[in-house]
Amino acid sequence: MSAVLSVSAIAKRYGELQALKDISFEADRGELIAVVGPNGAGKTTLLSIIVGIQPPSAGTISRAGGEDGSAVGWAPQAPALYAKLSVAENLELFARLEGVADPSSVVAQMLDQTGLAARADELVGRLSGGNRQRVNVAIGLIGDPPVLALDEPSASLDPDQRERLWEFVSARVAAGTTVLFSTHNVSEAQRYASRVLALARGRLLFDGSPQTLLEQGGEHDDGDLERALVRFLRERPSYPEGTL
Amino acid sequence: MRWLLRKDLRILRRSRLLLAVLIIYPVAIALLVGLAISRSPSRPRVAIVDETPPGETLEVGSQRVPVGVYARQLFDQVQAVEVPTRAQAIAKVKSGEVLAAVVIPPGVAARVASATEAAQLEVLYNGDALEQSLVQSTLSSALANANLGFSAQIQKAAGTAIGSLLSGGNLGSIGAPENLIGLTQIPPTLEAIIARQPHGHDRVELERIDAFAGFAAQNLSLAKRVLSIVGQPIRVNSVLLHGRRTPLNTFAVVVAVSLSMMFMCVLLAAGGVALEREEHTLARLTRRPPGAAARSPHRTGRAGGELVSREQLLTEKTLLAAGCAFVLAFAMLAGISAFVALDWSRAGLWLAALAFGALAFGALGVAIGALAREVRAASLLAFLLSLPLAFLALVPGGSVSSGFYDAIGVISFVFPFKAALQALDAAVNGASPAIGLSLLHLAVLAAVFGALARVGLQQVE
Repeated sequence: MSAVLSVSAIAKRYGELQALKDISFEADRGELIAVVGPNGAGKTTLLSIIVGIQPPSAGTISRAGGEDGSAVGWAPQAPALYAKLSVAENLELFARLEGVADPSSVVAQMLDQTGLAARADELVGRLSGGNRQRVNVAIGLIGDPPVLALDEPSASLDPDQRERLWEFVSARVAAGTTVLFSTHNVSEAQRYASRVLALARGRLLFDGSPQTLLEQGGEHDDGDLERALVRFLRERPSYPEGTL
Repeated sequence: MRWLLRKDLRILRRSRLLLAVLIIYPVAIALLVGLAISRSPSRPRVAIVDETPPGETLEVGSQRVPVGVYARQLFDQVQAVEVPTRAQAIAKVKSGEVLAAVVIPPGVAARVASATEAAQLEVLYNGDALEQSLVQSTLSSALANANLGFSAQIQKAAGTAIGSLLSGGNLGSIGAPENLIGLTQIPPTLEAIIARQPHGHDRVELERIDAFAGFAAQNLSLAKRVLSIVGQPIRVNSVLLHGRRTPLNTFAVVVAVSLSMMFMCVLLAAGGVALEREEHTLARLTRRPPGAAARSPHRTGRAGGELVSREQLLTEKTLLAAGCAFVLAFAMLAGISAFVALDWSRAGLWLAALAFGALAFGALGVAIGALAREVRAASLLAFLLSLPLAFLALVPGGSVSSGFYDAIGVISFVFPFKAALQALDAAVNGASPAIGLSLLHLAVLAAVFGALARVGLQQVE
């Protein structure tokens, strides 16, 4: 497999605070990667650097191949949408700003994929949280980026909305998009992710499959990933008990 | 940028309440300020109790001045409510029906005639400190004007009496002697008699009387002139040193239009930028993802990595707000010109002043919007800043201490309201300073606030 995203020795410092330190990993095409860790671990900071909201203090990010699309698509935790525009108008605006060749067909494609074609003319401000999040993710996918970063995509969704969102995301992964998502919901990572990055105090402490994390956390194959993560982090010398 | 502009116009069109408030509120404020500036204060409603006997006159030599003249002079200065008694006047003041009451006592003529003690009026009022101050200043002015008018009547009577003394003839009043000789006629008449008199004691005495009559006539003539001078010893001749004399009502138009333009422009620009933060779209628009600059030939977006650069975003918000405010301001000028005579041959200058003013206000608005994180905070900040700026710019020199006025001058200089007001005043009324200076000032302020907004947008999330 070829890496579509390469993160090398990323560090981020806010004054005295070291938010990220020496983070390196590569992401291959069609991977669904969960970034997990306790509060303040640096999950959102890492994603915000990868999507280009803020620059790293050190290190590099490169995307190999794929000059035919936007580099990294992004869907923030709070939907970044215009409430006074309809679903179709939001999609069309970002399609035009992205400069896609045929905005109308991209909008139609996104409406179809999100299952919101029937609500295309509805103002986004009137949509449910789940539907708004689907539009939010769809906008991140406009321009067909090879990598999509999702920051806590299901944080404010009910189980049904969450299920439908993951169906949508999984379909994109199956189509070859690499998806990187941060989450507090470790069981969600266990259920959907093919790979887990565990951060704590700005360091990448684990990079591997959910099964490996279960193993290293002392759980069986069908065990609880959250329990395994907690145990794994507590066993690290740099992560003393009581900080989780 | 055109897609962003189109999006904002669409959002604005759908925010009908916001649009209505943005138009109606500044226009209402502007009209109120305009009315307050252009209309002189209305005459205060004052109860007047004239206790002088009907037909009472003040004797000035052989002339009589009716005391009622004073009351009539006072009636001209205030909105008079005649009441017969002091008690009724007090009741009206207490009920708030009148602002104050003036009681003209019965002995006023005797006191004026005595020339030893001044006649006194009684002024009755109540109310809070502000009302008392208003009554005092308003009534002082009204009474001073009435005094001046009454004084002119007395001077006229005195002048007529002195004229009769000098010229003689008939005094015109019933019972007065007729065909009197005037003081000026005595010397020539007496000199003719003296010439026929033999030298001796009688002739010497007549010559002394002749000399006195000549001296008296000369000095009485002087007294007549002095009387006319003491009534109004110093007259005022106003000279405008620079600029054109600006009628108050056209200046009020300029103030009203500038205020409307500022409110609409600053609020719209600040709200527009803050909305991008509030909807979390600012980061989506301005992020620079790695590898984004690499594009295939058929793609046109993300030229520099971001969907929209921060400079483009600020320019778009500034232009949108400035454009809307420009249209509103020009429509106001055109509408007002139906009621107030404005010189349409200067319309080119109006457009220049409005365009530069709107751009500077737009830049101030985006700077405010870049600092605020949500629309409500941006609107509040814009409002809280705009209102005092307008009031400070309208404080006339000399009305406050020089140090405070200097401070006001500095504040007014670093914000665009005063410069926009001066530019529009120069464009509409030909007032000074010259419009070019004000336009340059506005252009510099637009650049400075635009740069501040850019710095404010540096931190996206």
